[in-house]
Amino acid sequence: MSIEYLGLSDINGPLIAIEGVEGAAFEEIVEITVDNKEKKLGRIVELYKDKAVVQVFGGTDNISLRNTRTRLTGHPLELTLSEELLGRTFNGIGEPIDGLGPIVSDLRRDVNGKPLNPVTREYPRNYISTGISAIDGLATLIRGQKLPIFSGNGLPHNELAAQIVRQASLGGSQDEKFAIVFAAMGVKYDVAEFFRKTFDESGVSSHVCMFLNLANDPVVERLITPKMALTAAEYLAFEKGMHILVILTDMTSFAEALREVSSSKGEIPSRKGYPGYLYSELATIYERAGIVEGCKGSVTQIPILTMPNDDITHPIPDLTGYITEGQIVLDRNLHGQNIYPPVNVLPSLSRLMKDGIGEGYTRKDHQDVANQLFSSYAKVGDARALASVIGEDELSPIDKKYLAFGKEFETRFIGQGAMENRSIIDTLTLGWELLKMLPREELDRIDTKLLDAYY
Amino acid sequence: MENAGTIYGINGPIVYLKGITCLKMAEMVYVGHEKLVGEVIGLTKDKATIQVYEETTGLKIGEPVLSSGAPISVTLAPGILHNIFDGIERPLSEIAKASGAYISRGISVDSLDTGKLWQTHITVKPGDMLYGGSIIAEVPETKAIVHKVMLPPDTQGRVISVVPDGSYTINDTICTIQLSDGTERNLSMTQHWPIRVPRPIQKRFPANRPLITGQRILDTLFPIAKGGTAAVPGGFGTGKTMTQHQIAKWSDADIIIYIGCGERGNEMTQVLEDFSKLVDPKTGNPLMERTTLIANTSNMPVAAREASIYTGITLAEYYRDMGYDVAIMADSTSRWAEALRELSGRLEEMPAEEGFPAYLASRLSAFYERAGMVETLNASEGSVSIIGAVSPQGGDFSEPVTQNTKRFVRCFWGLDKSLAYARHFPAIHWLTSYSEYLDNLAGWYTDNVGEDFVDCRNQLVAILNQESSLMEIVKLIGSDVLPDDQKLTLEIARVIRLGFLQQNAFHPEDTCVPLSKQLKMMETILYLNKKARALVTMGMPMSVLKESNIFERVIAIKYDVPNDHLELFDDYHKEIDAFYDEVLEKNA
Repeated sequence: MSIEYLGLSDINGPLIAIEGVEGAAFEEIVEITVDNKEKKLGRIVELYKDKAVVQVFGGTDNISLRNTRTRLTGHPLELTLSEELLGRTFNGIGEPIDGLGPIVSDLRRDVNGKPLNPVTREYPRNYISTGISAIDGLATLIRGQKLPIFSGNGLPHNELAAQIVRQASLGGSQDEKFAIVFAAMGVKYDVAEFFRKTFDESGVSSHVCMFLNLANDPVVERLITPKMALTAAEYLAFEKGMHILVILTDMTSFAEALREVSSSKGEIPSRKGYPGYLYSELATIYERAGIVEGCKGSVTQIPILTMPNDDITHPIPDLTGYITEGQIVLDRNLHGQNIYPPVNVLPSLSRLMKDGIGEGYTRKDHQDVANQLFSSYAKVGDARALASVIGEDELSPIDKKYLAFGKEFETRFIGQGAMENRSIIDTLTLGWELLKMLPREELDRIDTKLLDAYY
Repeated sequence: MENAGTIYGINGPIVYLKGITCLKMAEMVYVGHEKLVGEVIGLTKDKATIQVYEETTGLKIGEPVLSSGAPISVTLAPGILHNIFDGIERPLSEIAKASGAYISRGISVDSLDTGKLWQTHITVKPGDMLYGGSIIAEVPETKAIVHKVMLPPDTQGRVISVVPDGSYTINDTICTIQLSDGTERNLSMTQHWPIRVPRPIQKRFPANRPLITGQRILDTLFPIAKGGTAAVPGGFGTGKTMTQHQIAKWSDADIIIYIGCGERGNEMTQVLEDFSKLVDPKTGNPLMERTTLIANTSNMPVAAREASIYTGITLAEYYRDMGYDVAIMADSTSRWAEALRELSGRLEEMPAEEGFPAYLASRLSAFYERAGMVETLNASEGSVSIIGAVSPQGGDFSEPVTQNTKRFVRCFWGLDKSLAYARHFPAIHWLTSYSEYLDNLAGWYTDNVGEDFVDCRNQLVAILNQESSLMEIVKLIGSDVLPDDQKLTLEIARVIRLGFLQQNAFHPEDTCVPLSKQLKMMETILYLNKKARALVTMGMPMSVLKESNIFERVIAIKYDVPNDHLELFDDYHKEIDAFYDEVLEKNA
């Protein structure tokens, strides 16, 4: 029988302090019994002398300084792991909420994970066909990559993520096992429901493991949700040899929760009130994507974040961009023109693309076509800026060609149906078709031989 | 190891001990039962503050802390090259052997392989008087680099005995000396040096030789000297890492220390894979033979991230002392500054700008001042050049890390988002970047590359600057209304941007270009400018000039002229002459 500590010395937002604690470990999980009936879990976030500061999952409602009994569990937060995770739904701290009872297994693992040794990583090279031209053609997703979607409120990031899930899962060859781990942090009920429906409709729901922390669920739990999901993903990928696609939405809520807890702890804020360790905290999540040498599986991450006020320089998208291997940026302007998916291709980027495309992977002209499309589309912006000053009629013939190219590029190349699954060859063919609208000497990024072959 | 006390408080990577302890500032300690490595960063009358280089999850109040008696140091001996370490010089491949794919805590591994036998050639004989830094043995560490075993800087004495040439481990005694006080001391190949203390030198030289990188915009427009410092700031996706990789691959330094400080794990894996395959053009050996990687990825403990920069520069200074030119790639110094901020926040220090500690500037300057071209203690000449990437928040160069770095570096290679968006790489912007080494290096370029090199370079810069002021007008009224000579300036500037500044890192010829070709390219572009300008002065409209494909031909020189066939440039001069005659003839 372990010792229980009666009462508390402090309650502040989601944090409580217990005095007289002996043998507590940093980040250890404690069990708090309120009024002898309600049970809550908490995590020790600071130790000083005999005082432990505990972050309470499920909020501090009903807790008074005198009505609690607290017990140390002796271990950090853990998740029970088994292949039966697939097809199940959990809350933000890994408790089943689908009424099917707990997962039974002896294997429990610390959700904080451990850093993957760079020596044992395998550099990701296999591209995933998503069937979306803007992604496949210009910001190719690679197996084992972390490629976030930078979006704004009201933009169709969920639809895009769902389409990626639908079409990427179809693409893989039959003998490879594929599964999805879905983590929702502070999202609306409707969004979670949308994803559930999508998984059902595309027949993959038996291969999905969901961790849901909805907008009205306790804020502190959000800090754990992505770690739960990634612990499950790492287990399925590196021990069960599956290719795991992890969808994390919405990372902004995660960062907001971090700020909330940090300010309750009285920590010194850095940018916009976020704690100084926001970068490290985000990195411990994003860096848990990848491929381990000698393992069959992989963890690919698609985090979704809504940029506050569509500002890409806000700390959350900014720090994310420095950690992830590229980003897909959605644009309100394109959305306003009814173009789906409204991917703003210029700031969008896939850092792993260069090694996963070209001959042997997609087609040898892929890199050059992508570079040329980027470069030409960047010039469209200049032509438009000029047109807005001197009027379209006054533009030089070449600038007019660029305007026409820009229009077609946006509607035909970027724009496509939510159910449309384009092969990479279709995407590249379409790319060439658009480039042919421009005179050959304007195509300065393409090798002469490729121009001869395709122009 | 002495017991220094027990843990009293824990906050993230910071641990407190109660009372007065035997600990010294900057001393290395072992924390808890798992013996996590830590460093003393604060001592007051009632507590000692320790930063721990590993995750503190599971650490308990009351666990013991052991003192090591020595400051946090690196082990210096053969075996550093062709290796990958974490932030406190623990070899990651050994850690992988001990703990598998993930990095566990409290792993105790030797920094360097103590069992490996090195072919050693002793260069001293009994009776020789040795001073700090004297070379006592030579060991071929890799195919490319001879490791010179030196006397630790703080010792001197007379050689009593040496071992014969042969194979020894790094801990075998290879030489015994008698110190001035009469005591004898056995020397092995190993020495230790605290990471936060610069290694001593005789004196510093002014920087007057360039670090040649094979990257046109760097070598020609904004050169860095050997022993110089440069900052590469840029928002995400602008190509900081790519620039660093290119310099690490192609620069003419003897040794490369690549510090991945708080960056992506996959990037380090890529460097490791690429550099093992790529061949050094100078020696014909794999690039890894001259490279050491220090990897503290963003998910590894934050305190070790702070240390990794110092570990890297200490290793660099050690090789400099052997007389080598060493270049350090620090990617990225912003992550290091953020580690300082994170730790400072945990220590509840008063924040200065944007939450960074007030000592940010002094730490940055202390780091960059460890670069330099020096005369070493053994009178050879060596250098440490630092190329630090900066990741400004939101790509905004006015933030504290970029601004403070700017004060202490002499080269500034500003990466530009709009260039990166248009996939103009390297996205170094020619208007925001600068190099203060131009004057120091002008003499070298004149003597070694060509007398007109500096002049050509200045003409190029002038044209680019004219273009930028013309573009202000073009943005308002379009380029059609400009007079023909200004249209020509825009066209030549385009040739410079596409044909000279843009460089394709994935093209086998274009990825690294020798200075001689860079000069020829400049000459050709300027010759075209001269001839075309003559035509325009005679009243030929630009539309006529543009009928010829000569501009496109000159742009394509970078691909069409192989690096070892520079005689082909004569043909381009003939073509330009022909173009001149043809236009004259047709429109006379």
